[in-house]
Amino acid sequence: MAKKDNTARIHEPLFHIAKRDALPLGKTVLIRASAILISLVVCAIVCFVLIKINPLELYSTMFEGVFGTSRRIWKFLKDSAVLLCFALAVTPAFKMKFWNIGAEGQVLVSCLASVACMYYLKDSVDTWLLLIIMFVASVLAGAAWALLPAICKAQWNTNETLFTLMMNYVATNLVAFFLIKWTPDGSSSLGSLPYGHLPQVLNEYLLLIIVVALLTVGMYIYLKYSKQGYEISVVGESQKTASYIGISVKKVIVRTMLVSGAICGLAGFLIVSALDHSVTTESAGGQGFTAIMVSWLGKFNPFIMIITSFLMIFLQQGADRISTEFNISNAFPSIVTGIILFFIIGCEFFINYKIIFRQKEVK
Amino acid sequence: MNIFTSIFNYLFSAIPLGMTFLYGSTGEILTEKAGHLNLGIPGIMCVGAAGGCASIQLLINAGITNPVLIVVVGILCAFLSGALMGLIYSVLAVTFHANQNVTGLALTTFGVGVMKFTMTKLLPVKYLNALPYFRFPFNSSQTSLKYCGVMVFLGIAVAIATSYVLFRTRVGLHLRAVGENPATADAVGINVSLYKYMATCIGSGISGLGGLFYIMDYAGSREAYLSIEALGWLAIALVIFALWKPHVSIFGSAIFGALFVAGSFIPSLIPIAMLQKMEATPLLKMLPYVVTVIVLVVTSIRDKKENQPPASLGVPYFREER
Repeated sequence: MAKKDNTARIHEPLFHIAKRDALPLGKTVLIRASAILISLVVCAIVCFVLIKINPLELYSTMFEGVFGTSRRIWKFLKDSAVLLCFALAVTPAFKMKFWNIGAEGQVLVSCLASVACMYYLKDSVDTWLLLIIMFVASVLAGAAWALLPAICKAQWNTNETLFTLMMNYVATNLVAFFLIKWTPDGSSSLGSLPYGHLPQVLNEYLLLIIVVALLTVGMYIYLKYSKQGYEISVVGESQKTASYIGISVKKVIVRTMLVSGAICGLAGFLIVSALDHSVTTESAGGQGFTAIMVSWLGKFNPFIMIITSFLMIFLQQGADRISTEFNISNAFPSIVTGIILFFIIGCEFFINYKIIFRQKEVK
Repeated sequence: MNIFTSIFNYLFSAIPLGMTFLYGSTGEILTEKAGHLNLGIPGIMCVGAAGGCASIQLLINAGITNPVLIVVVGILCAFLSGALMGLIYSVLAVTFHANQNVTGLALTTFGVGVMKFTMTKLLPVKYLNALPYFRFPFNSSQTSLKYCGVMVFLGIAVAIATSYVLFRTRVGLHLRAVGENPATADAVGINVSLYKYMATCIGSGISGLGGLFYIMDYAGSREAYLSIEALGWLAIALVIFALWKPHVSIFGSAIFGALFVAGSFIPSLIPIAMLQKMEATPLLKMLPYVVTVIVLVVTSIRDKKENQPPASLGVPYFREER
């Protein structure tokens, strides 16, 4: 048999893969930067083949589309802040290796809760009181939506990825239900409600950006320096170790998901009170999924996540601009984003592992 | 309209719609049995649809009118486009040990983009010419029976065949071993990476057919492609509902289909005031997801071995890691 021959004569493969020790920061940055560079080249080729546009013109349009006017820069900052807020929400859960992909749903229900307060209370209370009620309602709604999968995970080890994914669609349909209920004319669009607006600082976006910036610093401190943050990372590394040193794994899972859901609630509150003043099934706009990538690419470090959320929003808005400028399908942004993501995801391999080629035989 | 016609129409629009989920879930079951949670299924179904429609349009442009050839080539191209997406996933998630959730979500973003781009370039008047071929043998029926085309039967056959391979053959046993405990499988000499690659690519190919089915048989309209992504997520839900068994998935898909179209049929069937209103539609559409969550929780509480997700689902395998 062929198998026997193989064992008799030791055959070393051409190369094998081994785990790396931590690379110096400079090298990891270099690998990531070159991955992004290669992906941009690939995208340029794809653009040229598919839509016959000069790649340089393409990227300059992209840049112009994001930073061209002060309005666009504000929009860029606002969108990045919202995305970052989502990403901050999922990060503690991810660090615990609890794959909460339900940020979308958690944000949606908290938007719904906020709008419900606006819709039913109207101007019967002062704006500041309404804002507080909305805030509490949103945070509770988001936390409750996250609590359900967390309890099941802690109690019966239910698969949290699938559970939170399903909860997203339950939330979407819940919003659709209330929209039909609240709009007797059957249009299903609520329009902007004139109650419970957050006060504007300079413009409608700045306050939101400041809140998210504070949250980023807070999350960094929470994860890095607090006892709870330490417990999260121990549970993430090994549940057995955690219970051995006396950490209650169940408690940590439930508590962390409550934090995660509550921050989603805050995001929902900000979206409603500062930006939309309304709710649709698209209120979270798919950013709940993008946030997962932001958080993962940022290595669960809130400060690196600032950069990754800038990158994602730059890609989205830049590509949006391209599709209007060159009058091509509005699907083009997702193709470009997809390709660049593949390269960024792939390059992680070269940071974590090294390839060792077969050495020449030494006699 | 009399009540029997309504029930008949209801059933025969539910079951074929379910086929879209069935293709997706059969493919996803195959992938998950190899230990890979592929969240790219919605994107893969989209690309499958785009690949199939593009090939059909090319054939029609070339003046080919042989129905069998068009159907076979369409199905083949949808399968290959899906498998190609599976290959991207495998390279990243198997060879490069990338995080499966992130890879899958990126794949969905990419796939939806590719499909929308392709579909806006294609001409519906051209590829929809093939609609009657796909709806054979009931293509001239005026009732919902017309949706029961060739691909409905193919879908059921594929699901049964997948179940057979998974639970009755040696290859299936090896595949399940890879999904349960890759280290042990590796130790007994099973080529783990090969099994993961094959399961993911073939599974993605099967999922790709779901997209083509939805456009070329069930919906048969120019805007059909816009709703494939949403259906893809439901296909992932169906995997849990069917407890990772393709033959159970056949019935599950019919139930999901029934719940999904219930909104447009129930009011005419059941004269209950609350259901007569539009309000009930989203609640009915919510049901498949709620039921899935309940199934997921109940199976994890009962903790029966044969109803669990594959033990190493979502965990990348690296031989030299202890």
